[in-house]
Amino acid sequence: MSKRMQNLMLPLLAVITGLILGGIIMWISGYKPINAYIALFQGAFGNPVFIANTIAGAIPLILTSLGIAIAFRTGLFNIGAEGQYWIGAMVGTWIGYNFPHLPWYIHIPFALIGAMLAGGIWGGLIPGLAKAFVGAHEVITTMMMSYIAILIGHFMLERGPMMAPGYNPQSPLVSPTATLPTLISNSNLSAGIFIAIAAIIVVYLVLFHTTFGYRLRTVGYNPMAAKYAGMNVPLFTIYSLGLSGVLAGLGGAVQIMGVDHQLTDTFSSGYGYTAIVVSLLARNNPIAIFFASVFFSALSTGSQVMQINSGVSPNMTDVITGVIIFFVATDKLYSYFRGRFRRTAKAQSEQKGVSLS
Amino acid sequence: MAILEIRNLRKVFGSVIANDEVNLSLEAGETHAILGENGAGKSTLIKMISGLYKPDAGQILLNGVEQHFANPRDAILAGIGVVHQHFMLIPALSVAENVVLGSEGSRFLFRKKDAIEKVLRISKELGLPLDPAIKVQDLPVGMQQRVEIVKALYRNARILILDEPTAVLTPQETEELFAVVRRLNQDQIPVIFISHKLDEVREIADRITVMRAGKSVNTMPVADATAKELAQLMVGREVVLETIKTPAQTGNVVLSVEGLSVRDDRKMTRVKNVSFDVRTGEIFGIAGVDGNGQTELVEAIVGLRKLEGGKILFLDKDITAESVSGRIHRGIGYVPQDRQRDGLVLPFTVADNLILRSVGNQPFSKSGWLQKKSTRASAEKLIKEFDIRPPLADAQAVSLSGGNQQKVILAREMSREPQLLIAVQPTRGLDVGAIEGIHRHLLSLCEQGKAVLLVSLELEEIMQLSDRIGVMHAGELVTVMDAKKATRETLGLAMTGERVEEGVAP
Ligand SMILES: Nc1ncnc2c1ncn2[C@@H]1O[C@H](COP(=O)(O)OP(=O)(O)OP(=O)(O)O)[C@@H](O)[C@H]1O
Ligand SMILES: [Mg+2]
Repeated sequence: MSKRMQNLMLPLLAVITGLILGGIIMWISGYKPINAYIALFQGAFGNPVFIANTIAGAIPLILTSLGIAIAFRTGLFNIGAEGQYWIGAMVGTWIGYNFPHLPWYIHIPFALIGAMLAGGIWGGLIPGLAKAFVGAHEVITTMMMSYIAILIGHFMLERGPMMAPGYNPQSPLVSPTATLPTLISNSNLSAGIFIAIAAIIVVYLVLFHTTFGYRLRTVGYNPMAAKYAGMNVPLFTIYSLGLSGVLAGLGGAVQIMGVDHQLTDTFSSGYGYTAIVVSLLARNNPIAIFFASVFFSALSTGSQVMQINSGVSPNMTDVITGVIIFFVATDKLYSYFRGRFRRTAKAQSEQKGVSLS
Repeated sequence: MAILEIRNLRKVFGSVIANDEVNLSLEAGETHAILGENGAGKSTLIKMISGLYKPDAGQILLNGVEQHFANPRDAILAGIGVVHQHFMLIPALSVAENVVLGSEGSRFLFRKKDAIEKVLRISKELGLPLDPAIKVQDLPVGMQQRVEIVKALYRNARILILDEPTAVLTPQETEELFAVVRRLNQDQIPVIFISHKLDEVREIADRITVMRAGKSVNTMPVADATAKELAQLMVGREVVLETIKTPAQTGNVVLSVEGLSVRDDRKMTRVKNVSFDVRTGEIFGIAGVDGNGQTELVEAIVGLRKLEGGKILFLDKDITAESVSGRIHRGIGYVPQDRQRDGLVLPFTVADNLILRSVGNQPFSKSGWLQKKSTRASAEKLIKEFDIRPPLADAQAVSLSGGNQQKVILAREMSREPQLLIAVQPTRGLDVGAIEGIHRHLLSLCEQGKAVLLVSLELEEIMQLSDRIGVMHAGELVTVMDAKKATRETLGLAMTGERVEEGVAP
């Protein structure tokens, strides 16, 4: 089997196993798995509005996953995408409702760029610097920074400076000049999809067609060789986590400006965590991230119809997701240990011909 | 009956036939050498015998019984112990833990004390002293190999296979290893020994099997084979075993090291007040027993290690404070000792590895964009020039044989046309034909008026190539002598720390 095929097969296998095990659990619990899956599929792709909503749900996943994938490619774990997503949403909202007199062609880029910068600083610069200079592990720092971000978000809305007049913990609506137009009426699909697709293309080009991406990947695969080749490893750590945060921040702003139009207490979506699974499933490939994001979005949009039509709780999709994570992660863990204990595992992986590229 | 018999074994990777019609038989108590060029398929054969790869065809018989190993564990249980070319130890674990790992038996917790005792006993019996408590990552390679051997015997190996064991050893350690091999032979344990060094093979082996292009071409008793014949069998053409060196036309000073002192990671001073010059057109060799400060000296010159004292001048410029990349751009090329750890990005393709140190330069990139076409064209040229096999620019580096990985690094460094090439053990693990090629490349570099700083543990190589030879002992450069006047004896003496008066001039 060629490496390319294998790269495709293993994730597909994980997905199929997830669906089968989910089906078995439904069957044991007395439901009809086939009917449930048909309902799930119809809920996700049954009519144009459903399709639009599925794609809309994939947008924030695509953006955050791209960020996580960049970090992974550099050998770093950005666990805090959720917080960077919040920070991006917060800054996007703030800029979005504060400057209603700006023309849209300035206001929209302004809000997006502000959110990207904030996400980059939050997720990248601070943990990146901490790692580069005092060796603080990014898993801990990005996660801690993430909690701080989410809590700041709640503070802002619960009688904080961003709370709209009234009693509900929510911000004012962003001005129409900072709203991304909806593409299909009655759906959530906004022009944000173009931003997501552009991001996929940019990340792909940067990773595989620029010297910068080449160096990021070198640092990720073998920091020693990178050092010997004269690359500044700490600097690339900062760049990589920074870009990771930029993309998550962008995801947050796009969600606000395209779908939610205001920040609410319930904004927290878990996208930052699901995105980790998406990038694992997609093996950090920007193009595969598109499909993996649509898949996870479909699970979540379809699950409501599944409940209505066949009575299966939407939580069932979490079980499926869990199984997929399990299978994808064991494979991924294995490559991680291969990197760590290169000498130990090398020969075995050689035989399997597993490739990360 | 043969203990181990290989019949018509075959293994194919994609378009590469790594093994084909390989036959071999191993008798009790013999040492059987396998010789062959880089990429001839030796390691692949070993990996099939040890259960890492499944053969595509053919049979493996142990004491006449056909074996089907599904994984390395099966092979270990069948009594096959292997020390692979690239070790398979876990750096973060202790020696004892590495040895018992995977063989703790059915017990839930392994008994640390028992393990330590058993490791001590085996290593004493073998005459290979080891500290069971030390972490593997803190051991030099020679010691790591001991761990691998002890590990194999801990699991009651009845056949020991050594894949290029001496490539990482000093002459002294090689002798110790040979003593172990002889002792095992006495206990009727046969040993398969892979090496590119013909004199070693002639010293230790009873029989020799030569492999070429994936096939076993011949098996003969060692007494019947001359070095020249063997080389010819391996390569399939006549080989010049001794490179002829014309005396250098030396010119200006390229590298000047003044009063250099360097500490290692544990803050011990490993290089003490070392001064020397390297001039255009010459090869300056540094000899010495491994671990006498050569690594630290080289890392300091390349820019990977801070100085404790002293100064480094390159082409009359003080580069003491310059970064690694700054030094690369000034024209310092570097072939590191540990090719897999420091020299290559294994998941990258050969082409990508070849531009590791020059991605930022024309023609490999233009304003930040990779130029894949020129990268590929240059890779194809280098693959041909350095005879990298298989000749595929987009093969992953990890799929190359050990010797060919080394060629990739050398090709990369030479292609940058450095003013100074620092080469540490550049021919380690290369076959005779390839060594000949590398030596020719190094000499041609000098003829073009470039300089080479050659660090090698092999006296032969140093003596053959160098114009001047410095000897390091305990961090000091105890002597610098004219290569014409150097003999094995004077060098050997200096390596023990004896100052040789005659040549103390820098
Ligand atoms: N996992 C793999 N995938 C693809 N090709 C491989 C793989 N392993 C080995 N090869 C190819 O098989 C051939 C034989 O390689 P092998 O490692 O057995 O050579 P070798 O005789 O041990 O060489 P060396 O002396 O350089 O160590 C080479 O052409 C190599 O590139
Ligand atoms: Mg080999």
